[in-house]
This record gives sequence, structure tokens and C-alpha cells, in this order.
Amino acid sequence: MRAYTPKNDVQKKSYYTDRYWVAPQVAKSKVEDDAVFAADLKAIEDAKFKVLDSYIQVEQMVVYINPEDNVGVLEVLKNECGYTQLSELSAIDWIADRGGFEVFYQMLSMSKRKRLRVKCFIKEDQAIESVEKLFRSADWAEREMFDMFGIKVNNHPFLKRILMPDDWEGHPLRKTYPLQGDEFAAWYEVDKIFGKEARDIIGPEIRDTARVDRYDTERFARLGHEIPKGSEFDPDKEKTPLAYQEDEGVFLIEGFDEDKSQIVSDRKR
Amino acid sequence: MQHKNRLRPFFENITFDRDDNELVLNFGPQHPSSHGQLRLMLHLQQEQIVKAHPDVGYLHRGMEKMAENMIYNEFMPTTDRMDYIASSSNNYGFALAVEKLIGLEVPRRAKVIRMMILEINRLMSHLFWLATTALDIGAMTVFLYAFREREYLMDIIEGYCGARLTHAAIRIGGVPLDIQDTFIHDLKVFLNKLPQNMKDYEDLLDTNRIWLMRMEDVGVISTDMALSWCCTGPMLRASGVEWDIRKEEPYELYDEVEFKVPVSDKGDNYARYKLYMAEMRESAKILYQTIDMYAETVKNNQTELMAHAPQYISAPKLNIMTQNYSLMQHFVLVTQGMRPPVGEVYVATESPKGELGYFINSQGGPYPYRLKLRAPSFWHTGILTDLLPGHYIPDVVSIIGTTNIVFGEVDR
Repeated sequence: MRAYTPKNDVQKKSYYTDRYWVAPQVAKSKVEDDAVFAADLKAIEDAKFKVLDSYIQVEQMVVYINPEDNVGVLEVLKNECGYTQLSELSAIDWIADRGGFEVFYQMLSMSKRKRLRVKCFIKEDQAIESVEKLFRSADWAEREMFDMFGIKVNNHPFLKRILMPDDWEGHPLRKTYPLQGDEFAAWYEVDKIFGKEARDIIGPEIRDTARVDRYDTERFARLGHEIPKGSEFDPDKEKTPLAYQEDEGVFLIEGFDEDKSQIVSDRKR
Repeated sequence: MQHKNRLRPFFENITFDRDDNELVLNFGPQHPSSHGQLRLMLHLQQEQIVKAHPDVGYLHRGMEKMAENMIYNEFMPTTDRMDYIASSSNNYGFALAVEKLIGLEVPRRAKVIRMMILEINRLMSHLFWLATTALDIGAMTVFLYAFREREYLMDIIEGYCGARLTHAAIRIGGVPLDIQDTFIHDLKVFLNKLPQNMKDYEDLLDTNRIWLMRMEDVGVISTDMALSWCCTGPMLRASGVEWDIRKEEPYELYDEVEFKVPVSDKGDNYARYKLYMAEMRESAKILYQTIDMYAETVKNNQTELMAHAPQYISAPKLNIMTQNYSLMQHFVLVTQGMRPPVGEVYVATESPKGELGYFINSQGGPYPYRLKLRAPSFWHTGILTDLLPGHYIPDVVSIIGTTNIVFGEVDR
């Protein structure tokens, strides 16, 4: 039976997975094992924020909180725990599995030499509060998150696309977005530069750069069988003699004469 | 008194609906001093900038999306195209992140070679920075000098991995090759000459009136601003924060080598220039030490270059060619790819531009479920929003120069 492929995750899948394969886990340890992280976690809990889950993985603490607490928790971490820098902020698409996104805030404390990650889960159409008031670095990071995932950020000073064009449709890092781009992407430049009426003349953008159409006389010349650019070509009807273009021949090179040439059928000759 | 509708200029697409003197100037995206495709919308009062909007994305290639659809080793050459001035540092950051994810220990000789390559890349990047920034400000000689020296380093790297810009010289689990016979000799020749070269640059620039006028007290980033915008690398150290990931969270063998972290509290362009120069000297110091460390591994006969982890890393070529099981393992790893355990990791390394971080979320498959590239230049471009207002148009060029942004990294 063919394996079921979810429609809301169109990314590349492994072509073969052993049916008894069980993926191992990266080791997680308890927060209590590290005194510094334990104190940070206590500071968050003391400020009456609910911590849904917390653990240490690869030397960094991960804290799951409710999405409406994000500004409050980051404020506590910044002002009380010394996490003065927000190094990174982005999201993970879990629409196919859980119907939403996981937003993560990667923080750094220079005084403690510790890094931690605050995570919260939001539904697909749920907005999240901006942390730009606390960290200016969130300005661009939130714009990128909006651009790539379509997550709306409330009270952001300038929520606009940052990497994609302003009039782009769709959010490229979602798992539902096809790797080759969608219908809109294929026609974007044609529509924008020449207008929709030019679609028939130009054709969609070819995103597979390795694709070579032998009979495409627009982009490729068939070596030795040159015909005018853009002309229709049917290999059955039309005979294009194999010949050099130069009529007078090339200096020091003997001209090729098809009649005198010999086709070798026996390769071991 | 002008006649109406007679001498009034007519421009397409421009409406004159402003009463004040504010002029909106479009800087870039094609501009020799924008170091790539940076577009700045500058609101001007006379020559002074009152508002700046950096516009990026002209080099967006969707690397994070590509990473989600590639096996881990396949993505390695793509990381070259981020900071293409020092591409091995990108390779290294990715390799280290995956190694942390699967918990690999890299052999000592590989570590030494990696450090050599990383520091050569840092020198290459800083020389390139010096050359282009000096050229933007008008110092053609320094440009030629620094490019000449960078060429020597590129030759050394070319001898090692065959490429000059996009190296892909580091693998997950180690390095693919031992250094070539001429590597140490060439490197020593370069390093011995470097102090004189540095003196040449500084003689040309340090007391140069034009250089000082364009650099001193221009583009001052306060400590708070640098922290809030999450500046890293020389941008942060120039603003008075002593933070170098090589020192604070040492990776590879950086805890075994001696080097200083230069810091300045001025925060202006000149401070950043001085830091880049000082860092080049420190890199040279590290390189001298790695040469000794390499000789030590030769003496102790530590010849392994790749970690031994058959589940994730292919066996050495000799084993693949002679042993059946190694060949099978290699075949599976190349066609299907390694499958790291389920988990998340964020690993930051000190690239020449600042903190280069890789966040990887693995769900146990051969493709990462999510990979976030934390490139320092992204925030160093963002800070222009707050940094440029108050400055004058000529300062824009020198400020962009000293932020040392590379657009492969900003747009990814």
C-alpha cells in the first residue's frame, strides 16, 4: 500500500525508512541539575508565569510558556536574570501535526555565560505580542518571522515583509509551500514586468536549472544543427544537415564534409 | 515669479506633496559602497539624515528552505554562499551544530586543521574588509595592498581544498584531507611578512587626515544600543563589551591557545577599524600556535581526520575501498543521509563578522525539520535604522563599511 502523504506538508521526504527504525533522542536533563538555570526558572515562576515544560538539552535550558506571557517572561529574564541579548527569534511550522507554530526566543546572558530558549505554541491564525520594546533586535527578526511564516505580530512598529517582495503571496517557510514555488511564484516576474497578457508568449519561469529541452530553439542551439532562434523545429519533418557554419572554413581546420564522413557502428573496431 | 505650469519640472512617478525640505533619497540597491544589494531609503534634511530604512532581500535564496529539503552533508556547500568572504567559518558552524546534535568527538588533528582554516578565513575576511572599506573612503593603495595579501591566503586555501571563495573545506565529523606539504611553509612565509604589511596599512591610514575625518566620532554605537540590537563580534567589542565566543564558550582548541580579545569603548568607526587590525594580529598569533600544535600531532602520530561513528560518518576512503561493510555504510549515508537523533540544538561560533549561530530541529529524519541561520550581518544591517539618523550622506558609506555586512549572510 502506498504511504499516506499529508497535504499540509509537501516537503521532501526520505525515500526509504526502515520499518523498525526508532529514532534516538538527544539527551535531556532536569533543570535542577544546573543551579544557574534552576534560579532562572524560579524567577520566571515567582513572577507568576506558568511554565508548561522545562529541561536542559545540549547545555541550554528550554522553557515552554503560554504565548500571552512572552513579553512578561522575556522582561523578567532581561531585567532580573541578566539575559540581556535576544540572539535569535523565529518559529517552527507544526501545522501538519498540531495545527500551529512554535515560536522560539534564543537568549544569551553574558554575565552568566548561559544561553536559554523560551518557546511557546500558537495556533495557525493566532497573533503574538511583539517583544520589540524590550529588544530592538526583535524588530527585524519578527519581520522575518512574519515574512516567512505569516505569523502576525501585534504592536510591531513596522510589520512588513523583509526578504520577499512586498506584494508576494504565500509564506515560503511553511511546510505547505512547495519547494519549487507555487503558481504565483512561477508567474511573478512575468506578471510584474510584462503583464498577465504576456504569459502565453513568455511562459512560466523554469525553476529547474538543470532542465534542458533539446528542441527548445529559444534558449539552446542544437550543436551542428543550427536553425534560426525561436523557429519551430520538428526533427522528423525537417532535415538539418550536419555542417559547419563558416562557409569559407576555419584557418588550419579542415572543413567537415558529411558525405565523406563515415559512421562507425562497431565500437571495438 | 515663475509662470505656473511652465518651469515646473515634471517627473513620472513622483508627486510633490510635501511642504518641507525633506528629500527622500534612494541609496542602492546597486551601489559600489553598499557591499552587495543593500537599498537604503534615506529621508534627508539638507545633507543630514533624519530617517533611514534599510531594505534587504535582493539576494534571498531561501537557504533555510533548501536545508529542510537536503540531507545534512548536502547542505554543507550551500553554507559557503552565506558569508562568502570567509566561507569555511560557515561550514564550521554548521558542522559543529550537527556534531553537537549527534554528540561526536572530533579527532585532535582535525581540530587543529579546522582552527588553522578558521583563522586563515578570519584573516581573509578582515583583509577584505580593510581593502573594501579603504576603497570606499578613497584609499586605493590600501585596497591593492590588502588584496595582494589576501591572495596569498587564498592560494594556501586553494592548495588545501581546491577552491578560493567557496571552500566547503570542513566536513561533519572532521576535515576531509590532511593539509598539503607546502601549507605550513606558505603560511609561515605569510605570517612572517604580516607585521610589516600591517605596518604599511597603518602608516597609510592611521595619520591620514581624510581617513581620520571619515572615521573618528562617526557612527557611534553606544553599549546599550549594541546590546539591544544584539550586535556581536567587532561591532559589539568596539562598543565596550568584552565578549568573544572563542574565549567565553570555547570550542575546538581555543582554550589551549593564547590570544587577547581587543576591546574599545569608543564605539565609532575608528574603534572598529582598530579592532579589525588588532584581531588580525591575534589571529596571526593563534596561527603560530596551531602550527606547533600540528607538529605535535605529527609527532604523536595522531593521523585520524574524521570521527569514528559508523552510524553517521562514512569510514575513511581506504576502508571504503577495501572493506565491504564500510562500503555499504557509505552507500547508505550518501544515498539516504545520516539521521541525527530527535532534538534541538543552537550552536554559536565566532565568525569573522560576529556570532554565527545554527539552530537545528531534528525529528530523526535525514533532513532537518527546521534549520535557522543566525547570521550576524542581519542585525548589523538592522542597526542602520537607528544608527544613520543624525549623520550626513558621506558618513553612510563609511558606516556601512565598518559594519562589515555581507549580503549573502543578510538575505541567506
